[in-house]
Amino acid sequence: MKFKLKVWRQKDPKTKGKLVTYEASDVSPNTSFLEMLDAVNERLVLGGEEPIAFDSDCREGICGTCSLTINGEAHGPDHPGAACELYMRRFKDGATIVVEPFRAKPFPLIKDLVVDRRALDRIVQAGGFVAARAGSAPEANSTPIPKQNADRAMEAAACIGCGACAAACPNASAMLFTAAKVSHLAFLPQGQPERTRRVLKMVTAMDGEGFGNCTNTYECEAVCPAKISASLIAKLNREYAVASLRQEAGD
Amino acid sequence: MIGSLDSKIPSGPLAEKWTNHKDHSRLVAPNNRRKFEIIVVGSGLAGGSTAATLGELGYNVKCFCYQDSPRRAHSIAAQGGINAAKNYQNDGDSVFRLFYDTIKGGDFRSREANVYRLAEVSNLIIDQCVEQGVPFAREYGGLLANRSFGGAQVSRTFYARGQTGQQLLLGAYQALCRQIDAGTVEMFPQTEMLDLVLIDGHAKGIITRNLVTGKIEAHSGDAVVLATGGYGNVFYLSTNARGCNVTATYRAYKKGALFANPCYTQIHPTCIPVTGQNQSKLTLMSESLRNDGRVWVPKKPGDTRAPNQIPEAERDYYLERKYPSFGNLAPRDISSRSAKEVCDEGRGVGESGRGVYLDFADAIARLGANTICERYGNLFDIYEKITGENAYERPMRIYPAVHYTMGGLWVDYNLMSNVPGLHVIGEANFSDHGANRLGASALMQGLADGYFVLPYTLPGYLAGQIGKRPATDRPEFRQALDEVDARTKKLLSINGKRSVDSFHRELGLLLWDKCGMARNAAGLREALARIPQLREEFWRDVRVPGDGEEFNQSLERAGRVADFLEFGELMCIDALTRDESCGGHFREEHQTPDGEALRDDENFADVFAWEYQGNGSAAAPKLHREPLVFETVQLTQRSYK
Repeated sequence: MKFKLKVWRQKDPKTKGKLVTYEASDVSPNTSFLEMLDAVNERLVLGGEEPIAFDSDCREGICGTCSLTINGEAHGPDHPGAACELYMRRFKDGATIVVEPFRAKPFPLIKDLVVDRRALDRIVQAGGFVAARAGSAPEANSTPIPKQNADRAMEAAACIGCGACAAACPNASAMLFTAAKVSHLAFLPQGQPERTRRVLKMVTAMDGEGFGNCTNTYECEAVCPAKISASLIAKLNREYAVASLRQEAGD
Repeated sequence: MIGSLDSKIPSGPLAEKWTNHKDHSRLVAPNNRRKFEIIVVGSGLAGGSTAATLGELGYNVKCFCYQDSPRRAHSIAAQGGINAAKNYQNDGDSVFRLFYDTIKGGDFRSREANVYRLAEVSNLIIDQCVEQGVPFAREYGGLLANRSFGGAQVSRTFYARGQTGQQLLLGAYQALCRQIDAGTVEMFPQTEMLDLVLIDGHAKGIITRNLVTGKIEAHSGDAVVLATGGYGNVFYLSTNARGCNVTATYRAYKKGALFANPCYTQIHPTCIPVTGQNQSKLTLMSESLRNDGRVWVPKKPGDTRAPNQIPEAERDYYLERKYPSFGNLAPRDISSRSAKEVCDEGRGVGESGRGVYLDFADAIARLGANTICERYGNLFDIYEKITGENAYERPMRIYPAVHYTMGGLWVDYNLMSNVPGLHVIGEANFSDHGANRLGASALMQGLADGYFVLPYTLPGYLAGQIGKRPATDRPEFRQALDEVDARTKKLLSINGKRSVDSFHRELGLLLWDKCGMARNAAGLREALARIPQLREEFWRDVRVPGDGEEFNQSLERAGRVADFLEFGELMCIDALTRDESCGGHFREEHQTPDGEALRDDENFADVFAWEYQGNGSAAAPKLHREPLVFETVQLTQRSYK
C-alpha cells in the first residue's frame, strides 16, 4: 500500500509548527500505524533529516503513551483502540492521512506529535487514591463486594490515562478521565471514607489545570480506547453535587 | 577484588527465617527517616510500590522514570494475574506449596529462602491491593475469584480481567500519587538514569538525562534502589514496551555490581506470531488462555488446510499428549520448546510456518461464547485487531516470544547488591525465579519486594549511614557527569550511514537465533565473534540526528542500543559457561532422550554472578559462583507428565 502523510512538525513549543507532506510506500496492510511511521522515520534519518517525534511505549493499547490525532480523530478511525492498535488495513490504498498531536490547552506541545500530559497525573495526585498504608490492610475476603459493583469498578478503572477524551472534546474537558477514577473508587467500599474529599479535590485540580467543562458532545466516549462510558460523567456530577452539599453542611 | 558472595540468608528453619530476620534487623526511628533521601529508579510494580511505601514510612524519596507518567511503566501490560497462597479455593494450597511450585518451576536454580519469603508475603499483597481498591474479579457471593496458571495444580491466581498488571500498577501509582501529594516523594518523569555514582564504594547517587530538555544532572541520595525491569529488548522483538532497556542495571554493572544469570530469559509460549519486516514488538496473549484453549498442530508436516478442514484424528494436541497431568498448562519453558519442536518438524501453521493453534472450539461448545468472552474478551479483541482474524470462529495462531528475564543484578537476602547501598528489586534483580518463572509470579515478586521486603531490609543499611549523603559537587559526580556528556557527544558526532534500529534489529536476530529458545556451544561462539564486530560498526557507522540539549528520541535509543550491544555479549558468555540445560536455558547438548532439559546439579547448582573487567573480549568478565544450598527441597528431574 501507499500513502501520503501530512504530519505536524514543530521543533519546540516556541517555534511555529506546520504540516509537512511525506510519502509512505511499500506498506503492508498488516503493518501497524506506528510501525509505518517507524519506517518513514528510518528513511528520514538515512536521508539526513530529523525523524518525526511521536510517543509510544507498550504498543499494545494499555500504557496510554501514544497520543496521535489521525484524520482529526484522537487515536484514529479504529475505535475503540489506541493509535498503536491501528493497522494500515483500515485505510484505503493511496489515501492521504493527516497526523497531528493531541490538542488541548492543558497539554502543551513538546515536539512534533509529542505533548505534555502531566496535568492528568496532577488530578490523580489531588485525591485519586485510597489512603491504604502498606501493612495496614485487613484480610482481603473480610469485605465481600457484590460482583456487579466490582465489575462496574473495573469498567471505570480500565482508563489508560491517554488523554484522548480531552483531546477530542471541543472544550478540552477531562471530565471522562476524572469521572473514571472518581467512579472506580466510589463503587467500592474501600473508597468510601475519602469519597467526599476525593471528588472535591480532583475536580478543583481538574479546573485548575485549565480543562474545560462537559457540554455533552460525547466525543470523549467515542474515542476512548478503554470504552469508558460517558454516563460516568453524570455520576461525577452527582458525586460532586452531593459532596458540595455535604461540605456546606459541615458533614 | 570481590571475595566470596555472601547471600546473608538467615539461619534457622526455612519457615522462620524471614520472621526472625525482621525481628532482629536494624531499624531507623521515625524522626530519623526524614533525614534520608532514597533514590528509586523505575516506577513499575516494584519501584512504584517501594517509593510509595518508603514515602509512607517518612523517608524522602526521589523517584525517576523514563515514561511521561509513572503509570505507564511496563508492569501495566501484564495480563493474566498474581499468585497468592490464600487457599480460598480449598484445593490444598499453602505457603509451602506455592514456594515448592515456584522453586520447581524455576528448575531448582533459585534460593530457597528468597522464594519461601516470596510465597509467605504473597497473601499480604492481595490484602493490600484490595484495600487500595484494585477491582479483582469476584464471584457472585462477593468473594475473590481465582483461576489456574501454568505449573500449578491449584487455583491460586487472582486477576482483574486480562488487565491485572494494569490494575495492580494503578494501585501502586495511586499510592505513589498520594505520597507525591503529601510531599514525601518527588517524581521525575521523562528522566533516564545514565550512570551510578559511587562514593567510597557506596552507591550514593545517579546521573540522569532529562528527556524533554536534554539536561544532564546529578542526584545524590543515601541509598539507590534500581527497579528498572528486565532486558528482554536485547532481542529487539519482545513483548516488552519499546522503551524497556538494560541501561540502568548495565551501567551499575560497569560500576562494579555483579550481573547474575544473564542467560536466563523467558520465552513466553503464547504470543501473536511475527508478520513482516517492520514489526516493532510482539504481543502477548495471556497464558490464562491455556485454561480453556487447546494447543495443537496438524499431524502431517506441510499440511496447509484451513484448521476447520483438519479432522480431529489428524490433529496433534502435543502438550496433552506429552504432559497428560499438566496438559495445556505445562510451564512456559516446556510449552515454548514444544512449539519450536513441532514447527522445526515442519508442522507449524500460518504463513511463516512459525505458529501453532490455540483452539477454543471445545471450550465454546462446553461453556458458550459468552462465558469465553467474559473471561478473555479483551484478549480476543486484541488478537482480532492485530491479525484481522476472529478467534471465536478460527483458532488463534500463537508462537513463543521473549517475555521476561529471570537474570538481573545479583542481590543478597536484603535485596542489596554487592555494592553497598545499591538495592535492586523486581525483574531487575535475579533472585526469585531461577531459570524459569511461573506465570503470575512476576507481579507477585515486584509487589513483594516493593511493599513488604525492601521497606524492612533497607533500614539495615541506612542505620549506619546517617549524615553520609554527599553533596553533588564532589569530584565523583563531576567525573560521572563528564563521562555521560562525552558519550552523548560521541553518539551524536558519528554521523554514519546506519540507523540505530538497524543495529538493534541485527543484534536481536542474532541473539534470537543463537541464544534464544535453544542454544549450543558452536552457535554461542559465533554470536560471541559477531557481537564485538557489530558493536564496532555501531560506534563507527551509526547515525543519530539532532543534538543533545533537546527532546531527541534517536539519542535515547542510541544510548540504550549501545548498552545492549555490550550486554548481549555478557548474555552469551553466561549461556556458554552454563554447560547444562535448566529451565529457559536449553543447551542442545544437554537433553534427556525425550528432549527435556537435562540439569547438571553436581556442577551447576549455583548462581553465576559476573564482574565487569572492561569492554568486550579484551577483558572477559570475571565469574563468581554462589552455591545454591537446598535444605528443604530435593532436587529432582522436573516432570509435568
